[in-house]
Amino acid sequence: MNLHEYQARDLLKKYNINFPTGEIGSTPQEIFDISKKFGGEVVAKAQIHSGGRGKAGGVKLCSTPSEAKNFANSILGKKIVTSQTDSEGVIVEKILITNTTIISREIYLSIVIDPDFESPVLIASSEGGTEIEKMAEESPNKITKIAFDPVLGAKPYELRRVISKLEIPKNAIKDFYSLVNNLFKAFIETDSTLIEINPLIIDDNENIVPLDCKINLDDDSYFRQKELFSLRDKNQENPIETRAKDFDLAYVKLDKGNVGCLVNGAGLAMATMDVTTKSGCFPANFLDVGGSTDKEKIKEAFRILVSDENVEYLLINLFAGIARADLIAQGVVEAAEETLFKLPIIVSMRGTNSEEGFEILKRSKLNIHIAKDLGQAANILSEINKANK
Amino acid sequence: MLINSETKVLVQGLGKDGSFKAQKAIEYGTNIVACVHPNKKGQLFENKIPYFETAKEAVKKTGANVGVIYVPAPFAMDAIIEQVDANLELIVCITEGIPVHDMIKVKNYMKDKNSRLIGPNCPGIISPKLKIKIGIIPGNICKDGDVGLVSRSGTLTYEAIAQIGEAGFGQSLCIGIGGDPIHGTSFIDALSYFEQDKNTKSIVLIGEIGGTKEQQAAEYIKTHISKPIVFTIAGTTAPKGKRMGHAGAVISGKMGLASEKIKALKEAGAYHSDDPSKIGDTLKNIF
Repeated sequence: MNLHEYQARDLLKKYNINFPTGEIGSTPQEIFDISKKFGGEVVAKAQIHSGGRGKAGGVKLCSTPSEAKNFANSILGKKIVTSQTDSEGVIVEKILITNTTIISREIYLSIVIDPDFESPVLIASSEGGTEIEKMAEESPNKITKIAFDPVLGAKPYELRRVISKLEIPKNAIKDFYSLVNNLFKAFIETDSTLIEINPLIIDDNENIVPLDCKINLDDDSYFRQKELFSLRDKNQENPIETRAKDFDLAYVKLDKGNVGCLVNGAGLAMATMDVTTKSGCFPANFLDVGGSTDKEKIKEAFRILVSDENVEYLLINLFAGIARADLIAQGVVEAAEETLFKLPIIVSMRGTNSEEGFEILKRSKLNIHIAKDLGQAANILSEINKANK
Repeated sequence: MLINSETKVLVQGLGKDGSFKAQKAIEYGTNIVACVHPNKKGQLFENKIPYFETAKEAVKKTGANVGVIYVPAPFAMDAIIEQVDANLELIVCITEGIPVHDMIKVKNYMKDKNSRLIGPNCPGIISPKLKIKIGIIPGNICKDGDVGLVSRSGTLTYEAIAQIGEAGFGQSLCIGIGGDPIHGTSFIDALSYFEQDKNTKSIVLIGEIGGTKEQQAAEYIKTHISKPIVFTIAGTTAPKGKRMGHAGAVISGKMGLASEKIKALKEAGAYHSDDPSKIGDTLKNIF
């Protein structure tokens, strides 16, 4: 789960990490009042769950409260499309107003989990402000990475190397140590998978000041981080993905696909997308209905798939181990009848009770095409698609 | 040896799901000798297998040497640590959704310990020859044979097993290493096992998008593996930055792309099944 910048700032404040004074507003008048209180010149930042917001026009330096109000008028309630969002973009419902800072240099700092080190790592670069991925491709020699030890945290001798590479001013070194240690503490205690300070700036008095931050939390830590997860902003998510999540379905919408895919298991679901593409069609989604599947969950999955207007065919691919193919088939039939679904459904089912599952499908009045395996399902899909065009 | 005729299994996490899975393993032929539950000491599972309060006690009384974990995610870390402390040679953790911070602690704790971990978030392992399964891979789709299978997936592993069988082969051992970014047994561990295993003549590797483990496997294959390898990578059509079902399967950076993994493994001399429905055919073609 992602936090908004303003939520991340509040959270990190508890760990003694202080950003320039800021306040959140959700109407143009509020933005005007906050800006006035801050003395006129402010930075206005749209709060969205996406990077690349500056380039997309979501951040503005405003010299008067009226300018900030105009900016709010132009952006609140509208969607921003950035290099990291889909073509629909994400809605702006809040704007963060902060004091301005004099920037003499920008640094990049983050903590992520590195599967190779099997621990959190600190990633730092003397060139802040840009995306770390771009930096990794264009100038990898400017990036320093050190691993945190689960007991020791960051080792001071390694941090000294980072400090020298980043050319942290002498009188800010102590603050830098504290910042890294506090970030690490926050990272562990909040079950984060990413905390990014970008940029961390060095101001005209040679102080280090964090300007922007991003926090991603581990979805699997929900059971022990309920307070943090109450900060979830569903409006930033794709509504169908949110609905799927509520039914414990893993669903990802894909742009411009014509084949709705219903699969059990993430690997098989991806393989099904790949095979669909090979057949000359395009998958409309990733959907993993999970292992121990019940009928209601399948019905909801079916409803979600057919709510996508681009869907021309359904491809159901199941390998029932723990799950039972007959129950899944029953769910499909009931949901199809309920939604009056008439389009072709191609089904490949293997494993537990698949024969019974096929019988249920055959007895129904649905437009069913049965395949013995995924390969044959792809061939059938390809033939129907050709005949249709 | 990961499992052999001496394998005695201890089960932890016998809720409704876990009990069903354990029953299936017993039906297949697995020698389950002990169950662990803090409140069921003295009772019997299925009227024959004794419950113990702790894993240590179970090992002491029954000589169990392999543990399997079906414990729910919030308690799974503790169960792994308990089995490590009980000195089990092999621990297979099926549980899905363990917080990644817990797995960091587990892996750190396991350094210098004697136990090997498979998983978490995996279907486990199965040997059709020995009729032993530790985990949830359906026994009826497996056939005794000489293909070693290692996979990051769950049901895609079953798909591969079925295809191997339909192509006229069988499996020496199937290892599901799991889909989490931080896990126990790696591709490299499994490959090294298959290279040494006399019953294995060829290897099938199922990878996924995300991380760099397939590239590391490719480096290892170049210098250590002489047996032919067929592979497929799921997720060639997956979008960047989206978590595809489980925590490990998300493309964050160029190295996580399927195309990068395919390139590395091809360069290492492995045979690519570019269509995941043709793993069996690809295997047939190289013999």
